[in-house]
Amino acid sequence: MAARLQEGSNVFVSRLLPRDNWFVSGHRACQGCGEALAVRMIHQVLGRNTMVASATGCMEIISSSYPDTAWSIPWIHVAFENAAAVASGVETGLRMLMQKGKIPSRRITVVGMAGDGGTADIGLQALSGALERGHDMIYVCYDNEAYMNTGIQRSSSTPYGASTTTSPAGRQSIGQQTWKKNLPMIAAAHGVPYVATVNPSYPMDLVRKVERARSIRGPKYLHVYACCPTGWRLAPELAVAIGRLAVQTGVFPMYEIVDGVLRMTVQPEKLRPLKDYLKPQGRFRHLDDDTIARMEQRLHQEYQKLLRREGLQL
Amino acid sequence: MEKRIGLETSIAVAEAVGLCDADVVAAYPITPQTHIVEHLSELVADGKLEAAFVPVESEHSAMSVCCGTAATGARTFTATSSQGLALMHEIVFIASAMRLPIVMTVANRALSAPISIWNDHSDIMAERDVGWVQIFAENAQEALDLTIWAFRLAEDRRVSLPVMVNFDGFILTHTIEPVLMPDREMVQAFLPPFQPLQRLDVDNPITMGPVGIPDIYPETRYAHQQVLAAAYGPITETLEEFARHFGRSYYPVETYRADDAEILLVTMGALGQTAMEVVDARRRRGEKVGLVRLRLWRPFPFAALARVLDGARVVGVIDRAVSVGGPVGPVASEIKAAGYGASRQPPIMNFIVGLGGRDVPTDDFELMFDRLGQVAAGGRVGEPVFVGLRE
Ligand SMILES: Cc1ncc(C[n+]2csc(CCOP(=O)(O)OP(=O)(O)O)c2C)c(N)n1
Ligand code: SF4
Ligand SMILES: [Mg+2]
Repeated sequence: MAARLQEGSNVFVSRLLPRDNWFVSGHRACQGCGEALAVRMIHQVLGRNTMVASATGCMEIISSSYPDTAWSIPWIHVAFENAAAVASGVETGLRMLMQKGKIPSRRITVVGMAGDGGTADIGLQALSGALERGHDMIYVCYDNEAYMNTGIQRSSSTPYGASTTTSPAGRQSIGQQTWKKNLPMIAAAHGVPYVATVNPSYPMDLVRKVERARSIRGPKYLHVYACCPTGWRLAPELAVAIGRLAVQTGVFPMYEIVDGVLRMTVQPEKLRPLKDYLKPQGRFRHLDDDTIARMEQRLHQEYQKLLRREGLQL
Repeated sequence: MEKRIGLETSIAVAEAVGLCDADVVAAYPITPQTHIVEHLSELVADGKLEAAFVPVESEHSAMSVCCGTAATGARTFTATSSQGLALMHEIVFIASAMRLPIVMTVANRALSAPISIWNDHSDIMAERDVGWVQIFAENAQEALDLTIWAFRLAEDRRVSLPVMVNFDGFILTHTIEPVLMPDREMVQAFLPPFQPLQRLDVDNPITMGPVGIPDIYPETRYAHQQVLAAAYGPITETLEEFARHFGRSYYPVETYRADDAEILLVTMGALGQTAMEVVDARRRRGEKVGLVRLRLWRPFPFAALARVLDGARVVGVIDRAVSVGGPVGPVASEIKAAGYGASRQPPIMNFIVGLGGRDVPTDDFELMFDRLGQVAAGGRVGEPVFVGLRE
């Protein structure tokens, strides 16, 4: 209960996070960008002994326009679909150089980061390979539920019913016609020691999970809720509120899977109506009540399924 | 000390990587490259090479892992062929533009379709403009030597570029030849520890691989062009140094009985060995024929090649790949372009041979020299000739 109480007291959040910032201001993200917010918070927790391999996507574009950089820790970008492979390489290189005494031995956290497109679609193979090989790294998927960098095209992580530029709502279409791919469970199926869903609207939970991920050896997977006011047609000032609504409606369940055992970390007593979540977002504006009811039914089924798995070895 | 032993060329290459004390090998198997990476993983498993062998899930990830490891300052090796090279193409470009000194062996093989595991140069010709140093070995000794040399050149701070060592699939990869195998001390004396220009380091954080807006992009391409062209100096220097250490000399362009030759044939790769036999036979008959072996493909050795071709009455250029819908033979096209506008350029005749592993017997060389002889006697050069094509 203590955790839940603290989650309510946002006033302490700024004091909760370490002061030092490694993803600094001056980057070019849109107002209210949930991805940029999550990136900053996660790296505040991870601290200076961290190296990042980033995929192409919004976070790369907005943070590294030569000669400027928003990164004050070592950071490398190679391509779109290979962040997990590049991070594998960074981890392997450091490990071997330390083992052979060519650089001083110390604990360095290696992070691979990509959007939902760079993770669920084009980068899924590289991610699967990296998780399976067991590299000691944290892979972070910043899920804003579409290819935002290229102009809001759908991904396999786009939710059912959302209108995007390649799944537009129209007379013959309700928008995205497939259900969101369940990436954290795909990651968990690799048998990695730690998987968690993370949401910057729940900073206490975020800090704890990121710290936990850092403390564990082996591959860790964090799936981050990252709102995109631009792509979701959401008022930027609602960026934090929407993240809380996502949890309160059951759209983004908050859990962690430690050595295969699932535990809910933030759990609303009763789920709020899905409409509360959809309404502020232009991407869902076209949905009629029947469709929303159908979506809600499935949402609750999925949520119950998750709750039933709590405490079980997956 | 060097030991004379009989070894399959692939094993010789893997042993060379071991002698170079690579820190990381990341590779995905593809015929005919497999024996190299199998042997390397054995060296690692037996504790003979202190390296990480990263068994990646694709060639795309192989090159991506290599970018990551090289960025930390680890000595990095990979090997591939054909479809694998094509799959990693995107990252091959990036590795050089990021100045990551990776060494890659390419066991040259035809590209699909139809799928063919056999040798030609279509794979490497499709990578012509990737900004790597690209060199060709003709036999096991050369493959071994050039692998050791490749690390030295790639890591030279004036260069800091990745290097591809090409050798012909099956014709070389799977043949056993006698080689002189140097020992670790000899290699260490030639190859200093890798001291990267820049590396990922928490004490000195840098941003690698940033966005290049139009304001900066052309300058980065120009810089890449300049550094690869300027690598020619370090290439010849380090090859000379290799000769001082190991007693074997290599040059960007090598010739065989070419000094007074009126008819020259240009080859790249293992075909040079057969060609030399035919040259000998023709010389015995008093014909003034000679061979030019183009060893360095990138940076292209413009001046050295112009020097050896100068004075010939006709030049034949062998291509092992087809630029479909274009100039047909990529090597011939390059050589023609290089000489265009020179005060005199001999007529250049293009032969396409040995595609997809089709055997190139001495008879084919005889035919090529016959055709070149006709041109020398005033005949027409004509279209590129597909030698040995079935009617
Ligand atoms: C091989 C390749 N295909 C396509 C692209 C174009 N592209 C760049 S970023 C991107 C979408 C990124 O989407 P996501 O991973 O979700 O990140 P976001 O921008 O939404 O944060 C695409 C399609 C590319 N750079 N490389
Ligand atoms: S488009 Fe969306 S994800 Fe990209 S910077 Fe803007 S708000 Fe952030
Ligand atoms: Mg996205």
